[in-house]
Amino acid sequence: MTTLTDRDLEKAPIASPVTMAGALNRALADALREDSSVLVFGEDVGTLGGVFRVTDGLAATFGEQRVFDTPLAEAGIVGTAIGMAMNGLRPVVEMQFDAFAYPAFEQVTSHLAKLRNRTKGRVALPIVIRIPYGGGIGGVEHHCDSSEAYYTHTAGLRVVTPGTPADAYALLRQAIECPDPVIFLEPKRRYWSKETTTLQHTAATLDRAVVRRPGSEVTLISYGGALGTALEAADAAAEEGRSVEVIDLRSLSPFDDETVAASVRRTGRAIVVHEASRFCGYGAEVAARLSEQCFYYLEAPILRVTGFDIPYPPPNLEEHHLPSIDRILDAIDRLQWQDSSGTVKADG
Amino acid sequence: MVTLAPAAPTSTNPQRFLPTETPLALLDAGGHVVADAGLVMPSDDILLALHRKIVLGRRFDSQATALTKQGRLAVYPSARGQEAGEIGAVVALRPQDWLFPTYRDSMAVVARGVDPVEVLALLRGDWHCGYDPYGYRVAPQCTPLATNALHAVGLAHAARIKGEDTVALVMLGDGATSEGDTHEALNFAAVWKSPVVFFVQNNGYAISVPLSKQSAAPSLAHKGVGYGMPSMLIDGNDPAAVYAAVAQAVAAAAAGEGPTLIEAITYRIEAHTNADDATRYRDRGEVESWLARDPLTRLRQHLTGRGLLDEAAIAALDAEAETEAAALRQRMNVDTVQDPAELFRYVYAEQTPALGQQQQELARELAESEDQ
Repeated sequence: MTTLTDRDLEKAPIASPVTMAGALNRALADALREDSSVLVFGEDVGTLGGVFRVTDGLAATFGEQRVFDTPLAEAGIVGTAIGMAMNGLRPVVEMQFDAFAYPAFEQVTSHLAKLRNRTKGRVALPIVIRIPYGGGIGGVEHHCDSSEAYYTHTAGLRVVTPGTPADAYALLRQAIECPDPVIFLEPKRRYWSKETTTLQHTAATLDRAVVRRPGSEVTLISYGGALGTALEAADAAAEEGRSVEVIDLRSLSPFDDETVAASVRRTGRAIVVHEASRFCGYGAEVAARLSEQCFYYLEAPILRVTGFDIPYPPPNLEEHHLPSIDRILDAIDRLQWQDSSGTVKADG
Repeated sequence: MVTLAPAAPTSTNPQRFLPTETPLALLDAGGHVVADAGLVMPSDDILLALHRKIVLGRRFDSQATALTKQGRLAVYPSARGQEAGEIGAVVALRPQDWLFPTYRDSMAVVARGVDPVEVLALLRGDWHCGYDPYGYRVAPQCTPLATNALHAVGLAHAARIKGEDTVALVMLGDGATSEGDTHEALNFAAVWKSPVVFFVQNNGYAISVPLSKQSAAPSLAHKGVGYGMPSMLIDGNDPAAVYAAVAQAVAAAAAGEGPTLIEAITYRIEAHTNADDATRYRDRGEVESWLARDPLTRLRQHLTGRGLLDEAAIAALDAEAETEAAALRQRMNVDTVQDPAELFRYVYAEQTPALGQQQQELARELAESEDQ
């Protein structure tokens, strides 16, 4: 096992351009290097380096004992990961695509999420399940699901999704170190988004949201694949004179009530933006929590800009389904900007 | 770059993976030694240990059934009639090995050394798993069938990676072999050559569904060949055969030879649980025919016939079993005090703020109801 020397640690980090896929790859490599109990396995993650190349080069560097291909069976991948974690290892497994993770659902909900509780804390399962999720890449059916609500509804799981390369690195490192099982949702349309940054372990906190763009009149609450659209919509709104704050949730479970509620109390208006369907979607929980916590501060009902309540569309129609800048701007316009005297409160 | 082209099989002859056509047995129903059994007869000490644990196990099982009738347990799935499998498999495990039991395997878990009161915490309704899995190397009893087979493979694979001499034995039933997780576990274990023993107790029924509606395979053990896994078909009511087969499979796994699939033919004498009515799907005559193949009678006849056991020793053992049962009764008849705060304590390593709030909500509710 290679360990970091003092000299390595003294090296000042230099900001350089990195994609989210590259940042995730670095996080896996650094975790494998620093902790000999970390294993990476799944379908095509070894020799090929994963269909999105997130595990590129890891098998060559760390050997087939620690980074390896499994038979094509998702329940098998998660189920064996549970047994390995029971025996002191820290598996980081990959589900090749969102909808291909469903065969593992029983292992995730009945065992991964519950074993700590079933054994009164005696059996911990420090497992990370990486799942490329969401659409926007022209994928054919079963490759574009936003499956976050299935996992966030399950007590005992942490559900995390990074929006930027720097966060992808920091959150994956922390997820691997976390004693709880973590569903790590990777927005696949952000895989090739670049950021000039230094990758630091501490750049994000596993259960805290972040204000990605400050503003004073509306809070857009988003995450993962839709985050970029929310940020662009905020810029467009600014050109029309609206000051829009954008929150990147990062941790979908547990939910960072403090950061989100503080923002909404300040702005008085909130819109949840996500790709997933609306009905019983993640935004419903966000809206309900904010109504409970911020009711007296709200100037308008909390709105949701989401995918429709339909199965994920074929590639040539997906643009109609995904939240767009225009849809977000329309929602901002619908936030009851006229006060009771009938005057418009701000430009709009 | 290393290219791993599909390896051409050196031989497609499946013979080495196939079970025997008839179940292997060391002792026949009358307790007589079977000639050329194809299994190694356990030592006399082992046979006596099996006898002792079967007597204690059967008494534990009947006590648990009685506690259920008295309302002390929410439900109890009895393993009566399956003592050869429950005890034989566990006695063949070494201290460093792991057992992955199902809900019907309470007897096996007790035979492994777990405090029976801790075992029954699940069925009493106190908590989902009442014992420390690491203390006994026994996983929590598994209710979603076959899911634990994958855990056994993972744990055993991790042991190999870590260089530990540990074998995992997973208990399955005939019904569980139809589950997808059994297929995935057998396949992963064979591909990885994991030190695992798949111990299938074919007791004839999955609740009410008979084997004929479960599988069209020549035997469940025949499934092993499809995975490239050596398989054994054994008489699951012969404690000596179960011990010998499992000990052989454990030794092979420990020697790096990979997993073994064992099908033990047995019979569930009781209904699925106390809540089930077995007369709706099987004849009394069928049950009677299996009572004639009782595993305890068989072993006892063998041991007394050879002068290794006498009436006095049996009486002493029965008395010991009664004492244990009385102690269990007494301990189970004490009402337990449950702390509702525990509902929120073990969900995550550190309690989340939201769960802390919900714990307080419940505490307030309880305080108010006490005031009234």
